Amino acid sequence: MKFRTLLLAGAASAMMTSGALAIDLTVVSWGGAYQDSQKNAYTDPYMKENPDVNFIWESASNEAVAKLRAMNEAGNLTWDLVDVVAADAIRLCDEGLAEEIDHDEVLAAAPDGTPASDDFGDLIISDCYIPQIVYSTTFGYRTDVDAWNGREPDDICDVFDLENFPGKRSLEKRPINNMEWALLCDGVAKEDVYDVLETDEGIDRALAKLGTIKDDTIWWSAGAETPQLLADSEVVIGSTYNGRLFSLIVEQDQPVKMLWDAQVFDLDGWIVPAGLPDDRKAAVMEFLKYATDTQRLADQAKYISYGPARASSAPLVGKHAELGIDMAPHMPTDPANATNTFLYNYEWWADYRDDLDAKFQAWLTQ
Amino acid sequence: MTIQTHADETNGTPEVLTTADGKPLKTSIARALRREKMRALLLIAPLLLFVIITFVAPIVDMLFRSVENQIVSTTLPRTVVELDSWDGTTGEAPGENVFNALHFDMTVAVERKNHTQLGTRLNYEESGISSMFRRTGRRVDDFGEIYADQFIDLNSAWEAPATWVSLMASPDWIAEQAAWVADRDAARANGTAFEQPEPAFAIREGVAEALPRTADIYQAFAEFIQTEDQDSPTEEEPWNAVYTGLHDDLLANPNAASAFSGETATLLSQAANAVSGFEKISLREAFIDADEDWGNPYYWGVIQTFSPSYTSGYFLAAADAELTPQGIQMKPEDEQIYLYLFWRTLLLSVTITFSCLLLGYPIAFLLAALPARSANLLMILVLLPFWTSLLVRTSAWKVLLQQQGVINDFLVWTGLVSDAGRLVMINNQTGTIIAMTHILLPFMILPLYSVMKTISPSYVRAAKSLGATDWTAFWRVYFPQTVPGIGAGAILVFILAIGYYITPELVGGTDGIFISNRIAYHISTSLNWGLAAALGVILLLAVMLLFYVYDKIVGIDNVKLG
Repeated sequence: MKFRTLLLAGAASAMMTSGALAIDLTVVSWGGAYQDSQKNAYTDPYMKENPDVNFIWESASNEAVAKLRAMNEAGNLTWDLVDVVAADAIRLCDEGLAEEIDHDEVLAAAPDGTPASDDFGDLIISDCYIPQIVYSTTFGYRTDVDAWNGREPDDICDVFDLENFPGKRSLEKRPINNMEWALLCDGVAKEDVYDVLETDEGIDRALAKLGTIKDDTIWWSAGAETPQLLADSEVVIGSTYNGRLFSLIVEQDQPVKMLWDAQVFDLDGWIVPAGLPDDRKAAVMEFLKYATDTQRLADQAKYISYGPARASSAPLVGKHAELGIDMAPHMPTDPANATNTFLYNYEWWADYRDDLDAKFQAWLTQ
Repeated sequence: MTIQTHADETNGTPEVLTTADGKPLKTSIARALRREKMRALLLIAPLLLFVIITFVAPIVDMLFRSVENQIVSTTLPRTVVELDSWDGTTGEAPGENVFNALHFDMTVAVERKNHTQLGTRLNYEESGISSMFRRTGRRVDDFGEIYADQFIDLNSAWEAPATWVSLMASPDWIAEQAAWVADRDAARANGTAFEQPEPAFAIREGVAEALPRTADIYQAFAEFIQTEDQDSPTEEEPWNAVYTGLHDDLLANPNAASAFSGETATLLSQAANAVSGFEKISLREAFIDADEDWGNPYYWGVIQTFSPSYTSGYFLAAADAELTPQGIQMKPEDEQIYLYLFWRTLLLSVTITFSCLLLGYPIAFLLAALPARSANLLMILVLLPFWTSLLVRTSAWKVLLQQQGVINDFLVWTGLVSDAGRLVMINNQTGTIIAMTHILLPFMILPLYSVMKTISPSYVRAAKSLGATDWTAFWRVYFPQTVPGIGAGAILVFILAIGYYITPELVGGTDGIFISNRIAYHISTSLNWGLAAALGVILLLAVMLLFYVYDKIVGIDNVKLG
């Protein structure tokens, strides 16, 4: 009897403590293989160590900015941590919808003691942003095109070369990246691209260059489209995120190769919505410290071919979790792949995006 | 109730019927009817309220954004007032007074972190303004540092928050605040909770006259510290802009100290004697140094043009025009897109409606004519698309229609087209029309079927027995009876089509997208909700206008959904 009472009391107190501490955190990401890699590398191990924290995933990053704004206006914040690309992070920070972060205070230092802000370095492009990975937008091409007579594209400008590389292309249905590539192939030096693009003549020049392949281009709006189009032979060369091409080439074994030339680097990372209640905010910060440390960022690269944002994580990148192949050569940041890269200018696009988008869309509909 | 009649004998007006209590019958009946109506209204009140609260109000709120523009005047209140008297046609950027106001406004906005929101808003009108505000926001606090340092060098008392409180706060507030501190400390000592907020800051009488700019910015500072930071002005050193304000005030009014007494007066007169010797900065130059665009009158023109609380700017943008400092102008041709998209949306929606009618009419006819058992089976086939996910259906069309797809493969295999000449049937208008016709077909078939079901076959038989040919019997007798079904189906399909965006986005390529795709873009990507709302209002009005025309031609009474 006494033993049973003790047991019951013990069970009750255990329930109470866990009831008091248990917390649900809603994490928002992109869904698909990317979200799985985050689950495997960050939240699953974290939940093992902290059974009181439970994660609820939502795949809504593509409309995170609009939804956060709507939540803020309605005064009902249901998200705790949101995965967004760099441009969106800048916008959320500008709108006051994301919490400003003191990177050295919130994040763990590198194993050798380098403070987080130095370890992430230039990739901290906004006070609200904690970068996770570096990805790139680049091209994949089919290797079995008869009309190419054994030639393989090795230069970004081959995309614009219909004579040597005939066939359909796929490009993203927005001006970002396309305009830069067009100017690069129209003879503009890399460092002058944005200066040229600021003028009306520069825009016309970029659109004219894109116009040379307009009739042979399928414009995509979702990252999964190009891999599908390549797999179906609908296009022979197309742009998309490098991780998508990795799974097409390595995991699905399609006759496709990467064209890394002039790949455009971009970032993906976390923001914490502004205005979280204190207990949720504390729990999120606790998790962030864990999820963005050197080892965790390197772990994510086991599941997807995106480069970790911390300099100290790069040497720790190992093999693919299932296929057992070395991941380093598939990273956009690998020296062999990164011989010619293009750095996307966030601040410039924040200013000129609306204007260029209107011109670009008008040009597309003509 | 008995009814009496009063005949007016003196003149010939008609008799007035009254009830037993002498009231006119008309009023009595009206009252009774009104009571009935009220009761009926009460019965539907829950639904009505529900619809208004959850549906009408949010839509109205969203659509209201198409004209709303308070952000400029609330973020830059002082600047907007000063800018009012600036003449944009001179080709000169505004003078020092506007920049002084801007300095205060920006200081407050940066503390509140809403200067970037304003930058984003104005960037919709002119590219480059977004970074102008962001860049300047990082530096604006440094502008006044030079004055803060000189005041503090002159007398370290200027650094103490207490000095500023005794200078700016009303004696009543100082007393109240002290009492509040005592209460709070007592509560802390007892370990009891103390939730009361600090009494709201009140300015000393006469300060606003003696030191107008200082009073203005210090009040903003105190309010911000109390409400946003949950702190007290007695413990925080003021912003650098406050020192700038004091410098300007003392320069303009060296006798300001006479409005004060005691220690503060001594301190102030010491400062008043010194300010003329202070090192100065021009705020105008400081702003232009932070971002050269502040010196460009064009950007100032944009701010001036968009300073009223309501704007037609979004509607103009939705009609490919723009509001510029020089008035309303059409956008350059390479940026005109919306009118064309509206037109295309209407055109494609009409095409889709007709192809639905063309395909749906025979099917509905067959459904109505078949015996119940086979009709049911056919009905399931008609409803099948409803039960599949929209994305799956759309993707299936991709597989079928693409150049390496099933249909093209078949055509090449039969030799109808050559391998090089495969048809392009997707990622263009054809794709949109095919996929959307498929998706919307049930909305045409169902109303048609329900109307045809009620048409008695005896009419056609009668027509035939009177000598009509098959065609005449159909066209003169059967078809007119199905018009209500066609009307209902057509309007359903058309209205659904005009607002569609997922399917056109996936299969429309560049020339098969609708205006809704641009609305979705502005809602979720560019965050220009004002423009999205304006496009939405125009689309809504266009649909209502078409509905009106439709009512005039077909007659809405003739529409039958079942």
